[in-house]
Amino acid sequence: MEAIDEIVAEFLVESHENLDQLDRDLLELERHPDSRELLASVFRTIHTIKGTSGFLAFHKLEKLTHVGENLLSRLRDGRIALTDSRANALLKMVDSVRSLLRAIEQTGGEGDSDPTELIEVLSSLLEDGTAAVPAQTTAKTAEARQEKAQVPAPSAQEAQVERKPAQAEGTQAQGPRTAPAPAAVAKAAAGGTQPAAGGAQAAGGAAEPQAAPATKSRSGRRRSKNAAQTGTPGKGGPAKSPLGEVLVEAGETTAEDVEIARMEQRLGDERKIGSILVEHGSATPKAVETALETQDTRRSVVDSSVRVDVELLDSLMRLVGELVLARNQLVSRLDDGKESSKDASLARSAQRLSLVTSELQEQIMKTRMQPVDAVWSKMPRVVRDLAKTCGRQVRLDMEGRETELDRSVLEAIKDPLTHLVRNAVDHGIESPEVRKAAGKSAEGLLRLRAYHEAGQVHLEIIDDGAGIDPAKIAAKAIERGLVTQNQLATMTQREIMHLIFLPGFSLAPKITNVSGRGVGMDVVKTRIEAIGGSVDVVSKVGKGSVFRLTIPLTLAIIPALTIGCAGRRYAVPQVSVLELVRLSGEHARGGIELISGAPVYRLRDMLLPLVRLDEQLGLVAMDAGDMPDERGSFIVVLHAEQQRFGLVVDDVLDTQEIVVKPLGRHLKSIPVYAGATMLGDGTVVLILDVATLARRSNVLANASGVATVENEGTGETTEPVLVVEVASGRRAAIPLEMVTRLEEIKPSSIERVGGREVVQYRGHIMPLVRLSTLLGAYGEAASEDEGVQLVVYTRGERSVGFAVDRILDIATERAGTRSDIDDHALVGSIVVGERVVELLDVESAVLSADPNFYSGVRVENTAEFEEMPV
Amino acid sequence: MSQLSTFHVGKYLFGVDVFLVQEVVRLQMITPVPLATPEIAGLINLRGEVLTAIDLRTRMGLPPAEGTREPVNVVVRVDEEPVSLLVDEIGGVLEVSQVPFEQTPSTVDEKVRDLLLGAYTLPDRLLLALNARAVLDVGLENSRAA
Repeated sequence: MEAIDEIVAEFLVESHENLDQLDRDLLELERHPDSRELLASVFRTIHTIKGTSGFLAFHKLEKLTHVGENLLSRLRDGRIALTDSRANALLKMVDSVRSLLRAIEQTGGEGDSDPTELIEVLSSLLEDGTAAVPAQTTAKTAEARQEKAQVPAPSAQEAQVERKPAQAEGTQAQGPRTAPAPAAVAKAAAGGTQPAAGGAQAAGGAAEPQAAPATKSRSGRRRSKNAAQTGTPGKGGPAKSPLGEVLVEAGETTAEDVEIARMEQRLGDERKIGSILVEHGSATPKAVETALETQDTRRSVVDSSVRVDVELLDSLMRLVGELVLARNQLVSRLDDGKESSKDASLARSAQRLSLVTSELQEQIMKTRMQPVDAVWSKMPRVVRDLAKTCGRQVRLDMEGRETELDRSVLEAIKDPLTHLVRNAVDHGIESPEVRKAAGKSAEGLLRLRAYHEAGQVHLEIIDDGAGIDPAKIAAKAIERGLVTQNQLATMTQREIMHLIFLPGFSLAPKITNVSGRGVGMDVVKTRIEAIGGSVDVVSKVGKGSVFRLTIPLTLAIIPALTIGCAGRRYAVPQVSVLELVRLSGEHARGGIELISGAPVYRLRDMLLPLVRLDEQLGLVAMDAGDMPDERGSFIVVLHAEQQRFGLVVDDVLDTQEIVVKPLGRHLKSIPVYAGATMLGDGTVVLILDVATLARRSNVLANASGVATVENEGTGETTEPVLVVEVASGRRAAIPLEMVTRLEEIKPSSIERVGGREVVQYRGHIMPLVRLSTLLGAYGEAASEDEGVQLVVYTRGERSVGFAVDRILDIATERAGTRSDIDDHALVGSIVVGERVVELLDVESAVLSADPNFYSGVRVENTAEFEEMPV
Repeated sequence: MSQLSTFHVGKYLFGVDVFLVQEVVRLQMITPVPLATPEIAGLINLRGEVLTAIDLRTRMGLPPAEGTREPVNVVVRVDEEPVSLLVDEIGGVLEVSQVPFEQTPSTVDEKVRDLLLGAYTLPDRLLLALNARAVLDVGLENSRAA
């Protein structure tokens, strides 16, 4: 019995693989209905499943695949054409086969599902027109006269008649199948099933005409062949072209001779099939050699690989995780050890161990890597079926199939990805009529892209459909009570788009069986974030949408930076770390500036928003003001969701490989932690979730989406601006990228040089521009003892200071709100929050202070000015 | 539930079904978890596994311990996830099938009452039987979102 179980298990694994191939082939076939090659491949797959299922007494499966095989053989011979309904029926057959296999896997039996109806549909499709109906009737009558199974069938229609009795006999032959040795079973079964096999042959008809008058022993071997295939791991699958097949294809030998040779192998002959054939004189040595060469390219992958249980890989991964921990402990112990206790040879061994561990870890990670295609390969079918249901025409384009991910990650993204693809077809891509009306091609394009970048995998689902209208989202969100009008007013374009990820949100006007029930997008987001990834969406009405998933390569072991904060250690995934900045001496004081209470740091002429970790963890009160000197002496520059920000910490310790352990249910709800790990000394350390930190700090809310939106070229940019008060009540906005530094100077330090105001600034003379004067606003002059607020703009050696009354805030310009009021030194006006703010034309403002400002530096800065909103 | 694993917290003697107790360990470093509810004492490393430790004192609404004695971890396994309960001192395993059992007196604070199954009246003192599942059911929804 055990041998049978093993055969069944092999059969299941192999059949599942074959079915995936079948799905792909059938879809491909729809596009190239005349490809005999594809048809032959599909036919072989079904044939193998049919053969084995008969042998293993899975009769429903056998019946079903048998009819499918008939249909396929007629298609292959060009007797009937592949119509839509035939393709549909064949795909349904694949589904049905799959569900039968699943039932077998779970229960050991075929379950209650009844494929009879489908069998009838398939049979009815055997003929063009109505000819199938009488065939059906005769088949039923024929069932009564079971013994009358005759082998050769003159016409296909009669073959159909003979098939049923043949199968009935097959059932009777079930008895001996439980015998222990599979080979013996094959033999015993051969006697009983001979008519069945013959029937199948006849039905297969033109497939192998020479095999139709099969002798008893021959059909026995046919069975054995199938048994042998399923019993040999990695060798089954007709697509893999065993040597025998290659020889037959080349016309060097006959299928029968190959099967005889296989039979002998099965009975214990350990020689290669080639040698057996040569010995029998069925093939020449030269032919075998040539065949081997032909086959070489195709078989190398198959023969050099072994099927491994996924659980084994998982447990290997766990063990390696433990090994890495133990290694870390050993190494840290050795590092801490006193000089006297250090043992040179122990240190050497430890180092070796360390190296080997790293290597082992890397290799085992590799064993778990699978191409994203493992998930994508299901998509053509999903898209096809859905497109048919929704009346869409969709072309699916996949790019980067070979991109590899850890299988645990792959498993986790399967459902979210499918959901996004379904969404794109159902909601994204419009019906052909609408598309034509909009001047697009009737066929929508759905692109899946995958690529590696910065230690992460990026997956994009791009459609050229209707896009998502933020106004509609906003209206819907308010209607469903997910946000208030007030909240909405302060939201950026990107935040509004992200409302679609809220639970209970749905844009679908009516609920279909495909989507529109308001479940899904939130699940997509939750699932992706659960594995440490992120989801982003960019859309342009009328042009299409892009959903971008950013996913870690692996979940188990990651390099991480350990940092210190308030006397505790924390880990930050290394992939998020861009650089480290040490704040020392004067820098610690002067480096961090406050803009409207929000700390920023000037890093190489860019303002970096800051987040204090101690604040975020609730270890000090928010806005506690100045930190003590020993605190906050490092900035870890991080990026999350395409945004840079600085995390202020007390100490930066080291980088090491950490094993990510999930947090227990009590702590899962605290979003700032991604998990926990153990350091070399056994201390448990929390892993910080960088994306959450970024969100918490409102960094993303303030300065969001710049990269995202611009990269997609969708036009409507949202960019962060510095809002200042120019004169009492009048506000202006300066693009944040134009702001180098904020200063406060004493009015007394302002000097006049030839009608211009200047200050001495960092060893240079810096011209001042009073924005109030420039913009023609007149307010009260600042009193003498009050400082003057300067916004400093620097390019190269030159700087210009804009004097303003007050610095108010960093805000994000709302897309689409810019109006082109062409005024002196203004680019236009934008809406920030709910107020209209004038947007400063920095270039002309600078030139008004220093007409020669750009003359020296213009060339290398061209690029920056091209981005200026003009 | 005829055998209870007992332990002391403050002046009370608590007990939990002996089958729920995986092990008792005197540990060790506890890593506090900022932003978690006060009942969560932190995380411990139990032979390579990260476990959440619940401070039974805080959980039962008792004042913090005086002195600096290391607490004992009673590792309790409910729903397949082991969780550590921090207690002052471990007691023995008591056979309670012959001990009279009473409902938790209604005078006990309602919040605490839900965590108790009842009380065994031992000759010299009360043994409070803990509802392990309820005790572990902390901080699941209401962790402070700062």
